[in-house]
Amino acid sequence: MKTLLSKLASVVGLLFAVVALNFLLIQFAPGDPVEVIVGEMGGASEELVAQMRAEYGLDKPVLVQLAIYVGKIVTGDFGLSIYYNQPVLSLILQRLPATVLLMLASMTIAVVLGTFLGIFSARHPKGLLSHFVTLFSLAGYSAPVFWTGLMLLILFSSVWPIFPVSGMTSIRGVQGVFGYILDVAHHLVLPAVTLSSVYIALYSRLSRASMLDVLGADYIRTARAKGLSERQVIYGHALRNGIIPVVTMLGLQMGQLLAGATLVETVFNWPGLGRLAYESILRRDYPTLLAILFFSAVIVVVANLLTDLAYGKIDPRIGGRRKPAPRKTKEATQ
Amino acid sequence: MKHFRKTAFGALAGLALMATSAMAQQSLLVGSGEVPRHFNGAIQSGIATAMPSTQIFASPLMYDENWNAQPYLAKSWEVSEDGLAVTLHLVENATFHDGTPVTSEDVAFSIGVIQENHPFKTMLAPVTSVDTPDATTAIINLAHPHPALMLAMSPALMPILPKHIYGEGPIQQNPANLAPIGSGPFKFVEYRQGEYLKLEKYDDFFIDGKPMLDEIIVQIFSDPANLVLAMERGDVDMLTYMAGVRDIARLQKADGISVTNEGGDSIGAINWLAFNTKKAPFDNVKVRQAIGYAINKEFYLKRIMGGFADDAMGPITMTSPLATDEVEAYAFDLAKAEALLDEAGMTKDADGKRFSMTVDYIPGFVEGGRNLAEYLRSQLKQVGIELDVRTSPDFPTWAQRISSYDFDMTQDAVFNWGDPVIGVNRTYMTSNIRPGVIWSNTQQYSNARVDELLEQAAIETDLTKRAALYKEFQQIVVGDAPILYLSDLPYSLAYKDTLEGLPTTIWGPASPWLDLHWTE
Repeated sequence: MKTLLSKLASVVGLLFAVVALNFLLIQFAPGDPVEVIVGEMGGASEELVAQMRAEYGLDKPVLVQLAIYVGKIVTGDFGLSIYYNQPVLSLILQRLPATVLLMLASMTIAVVLGTFLGIFSARHPKGLLSHFVTLFSLAGYSAPVFWTGLMLLILFSSVWPIFPVSGMTSIRGVQGVFGYILDVAHHLVLPAVTLSSVYIALYSRLSRASMLDVLGADYIRTARAKGLSERQVIYGHALRNGIIPVVTMLGLQMGQLLAGATLVETVFNWPGLGRLAYESILRRDYPTLLAILFFSAVIVVVANLLTDLAYGKIDPRIGGRRKPAPRKTKEATQ
Repeated sequence: MKHFRKTAFGALAGLALMATSAMAQQSLLVGSGEVPRHFNGAIQSGIATAMPSTQIFASPLMYDENWNAQPYLAKSWEVSEDGLAVTLHLVENATFHDGTPVTSEDVAFSIGVIQENHPFKTMLAPVTSVDTPDATTAIINLAHPHPALMLAMSPALMPILPKHIYGEGPIQQNPANLAPIGSGPFKFVEYRQGEYLKLEKYDDFFIDGKPMLDEIIVQIFSDPANLVLAMERGDVDMLTYMAGVRDIARLQKADGISVTNEGGDSIGAINWLAFNTKKAPFDNVKVRQAIGYAINKEFYLKRIMGGFADDAMGPITMTSPLATDEVEAYAFDLAKAEALLDEAGMTKDADGKRFSMTVDYIPGFVEGGRNLAEYLRSQLKQVGIELDVRTSPDFPTWAQRISSYDFDMTQDAVFNWGDPVIGVNRTYMTSNIRPGVIWSNTQQYSNARVDELLEQAAIETDLTKRAALYKEFQQIVVGDAPILYLSDLPYSLAYKDTLEGLPTTIWGPASPWLDLHWTE
């Protein structure tokens, strides 16, 4: 209980630091939202500019603005979007599902495909296909995600136009739940593959290295000696330990994944938080941007907590120190 | 796998069929890179709001392709002999989208809202009151004659708001700004911020048989390349306000798609180079003129703008009845540029260098901004000027630099907005030198005669006399060269060939799309 409370306290402290740091960093950027609004209006009088700055509280000292902001978010009030002129929370809640869907789809593709490729090349480390996987991984990891997205767009939306060019759904609408799901899936393919490309590469390398290590362990030799099939050895015994580095990275990389989502959402016009963040930066929409950063921090923190919990499930030696890991004990005595 | 293929193919075919049936219902899908803050054009300027706002709200007048006012909510109008009163006679059958009749009270209310909240303060500044003797008569009283009022009554600038909806509470926070109710040809259905806007035909629209479309959907794209690709693929039916030269050229080659730059003259978007005239050596007119002569405008128009942009010779868009071409043309002449720089005391040093300067540009504008700046770097080197191209990462950064006078020379694109009183005066009036305000007189240019001419022209009701005043103004300003005028922005409309009745009036897409329809 004490540990949990101290963890929660550190999470709250961390989130506060994130809010304060982001708030101050934004102030360093030249220009403010009123300049953007005035720019889009095609100009305005000095009086109107001053009136707008006062309306959004931008005429107050930075620390006073910060104190007001912190006071508000404690009560769950993330303010009004300066650009969109509506509550930030409703804007975020409107966009959040699209980002979560994109991230989950990308992660699933990356973990499944990356791990599979890693296992494959660990089993045949000297094979031609293994070298191909290595090459593919290097290329995938080196290519900037927006470039990959643009290339996929050119290939599959222009040269072979089999996927839609933008958005999450067909704008003219589709009929029925099944039609809607198919439509979203059709729109999801290119953004999800783009976002996952870096992680497929990374996870295939990680799982390859880890599986090579695990496959040389004594308990794998024992399993083989018992006459278990190669499939049982790999998926029943080796993978459980081999996947731990992937899970570790999965938690750590949530922040990077969100950053990647910003680029992918912009390229594919995906209506998620990342695109909203990009638009908010360009428009200096402080309340929206700060709230997105806050929620991003929450997502990263939660992902890390979940990763900690997942360790316990995958490898009881890590998560359940108070009691012996039964599976391992069983394996050792077999 | 076979089964999956069949299912996927079936789904795709289904989607295609649905799109086809949408077309049969006269549905138009427009691609746009503009994200509107809201749809209330009475308190917000800019094309992002104006395009949807002009479909949702009607206004007293509208304009044709030749700058002629046409009846709209006002079936007729009169200007008093002394020019101090403009009487509007409204149509009797106009209703708002909630069924309430449009009355003169709504006109008076809207004028008050615009006067108080619209950024273009000069637009209705002389209006002292609006009388409403009956439900269909509105008399606009003026402190002095105000010819700009006629263009100010256009759909893009004077949407008539229902008083019973927008009269409650502070107008900036009114929820109807995002779910508008107007009396225009289309009524609001749905808006998902930054994604799409849906409008549908208003069946009780006061002009019989209009509009011809049943539905307009505006899909918003964050990436311009994506937008062009969507048009090329046929995913969207029309693109408005395209200014990218490469995009225009690309879509011109696409099958089944046409591109036109007709219409939108009154927007009058001019691409120019502006000097900080209070900073040496740009406080010397000869230095500014020398840079003008050192620029090969033909190269700029043909190579950089790909031949899609028309020449701009002065501060008023060339298609305006108030524009003149009898101004200094700054024909490319390097010898003259060198001579002027010598006269200004900016002689060459041993390395052939006269001085260094920076040029800024609006980020995101590739050809007329970044490419122009890069061209200028090599071009000005020929006359001994070392030019440093300063890139701003985003619009607010550029706007802050320019509005705080932290610049030497900048590319800029500024709109006329119909009458010079609305969009031109702000750049040249001494009284509009306002630190911190972008698109004010950020050049800090001051000329007493120019101020006088602009003030006189603002109240001159005789078109010939007015044009003469503006002619002198244009000649002085072009000669003083606080700004070097380069071209208009090649704003173009890309559309599927089977569309007809395009919005090609002087307000272009920022006017009601009454005649737009599919022929097939």
